[in-house]
Amino acid sequence: MTLLTTVFAAIICTIIWYRGAPKSEMKVGTLCWMYWGASLMWLIDAIFEYSEHGAEFFAPAPAEMLNDFYLGLSVVALGLIIWLVILLVKDPKGVVKAALFRKI
Amino acid sequence: MACFLVPAAEAVITTIAARVMKSREKEEVVRVTLPDGSIEEATKLPFSARLGWLNKMLWGGSALLAFEHVWHGEVVPFFPFLTAVESGETAGILAEMGSAGVMMAALVTAVWVGMLVVSSVVEKRALRASKPTGEGAWV
Repeated sequence: MTLLTTVFAAIICTIIWYRGAPKSEMKVGTLCWMYWGASLMWLIDAIFEYSEHGAEFFAPAPAEMLNDFYLGLSVVALGLIIWLVILLVKDPKGVVKAALFRKI
Repeated sequence: MACFLVPAAEAVITTIAARVMKSREKEEVVRVTLPDGSIEEATKLPFSARLGWLNKMLWGGSALLAFEHVWHGEVVPFFPFLTAVESGETAGILAEMGSAGVMMAALVTAVWVGMLVVSSVVEKRALRASKPTGEGAWV
């Protein structure tokens, strides 16, 4: 469920990035890379779990699934926070800079 | 347990490599045809920027995976940081890093190599489409 949540986040971000490309004022690309990287790593985790548990891997207990989904949403939220920090620090639109300085 | 440490270690190496390459690279100007048919001069995306794709995937993925390990209580904010070390399962950690960790780093790198190949093909096609034939052809 965590893998699935992250993959969906990665797909949505990629679509948003493509709509805004080639301009990258919002740095959505960074978010895409982050989610795709995590998705690939969790895919390996899933393959290892599948090799260990077999078909049982595809039938998780409802409580386990809910916890995994909760983790997935938390991961997506953490990714968004990291992206927001990068966006505000790099400030490609100069918004933070404009807020800090006033014209005389 | 600590599989995310392998891609994180790779990220450190590739980040340093990208910084070194960036300081040595020179811009390569080319002419490309835009979708509206107009021709513009553009700079080719340098290799350090392409290496940046890998960096972002490795750093981002490792950070989110580290969070998952905190969630499951495998990583703690105090020394020795890994609960498995505390319980004397160091061999288990190393085995997981050598299997899942290495596979994670290898898959992310393989996907990045695939992207390099695809981007190179797209680039070559765009340049070929922009090259006029006959008199006044670009060198």
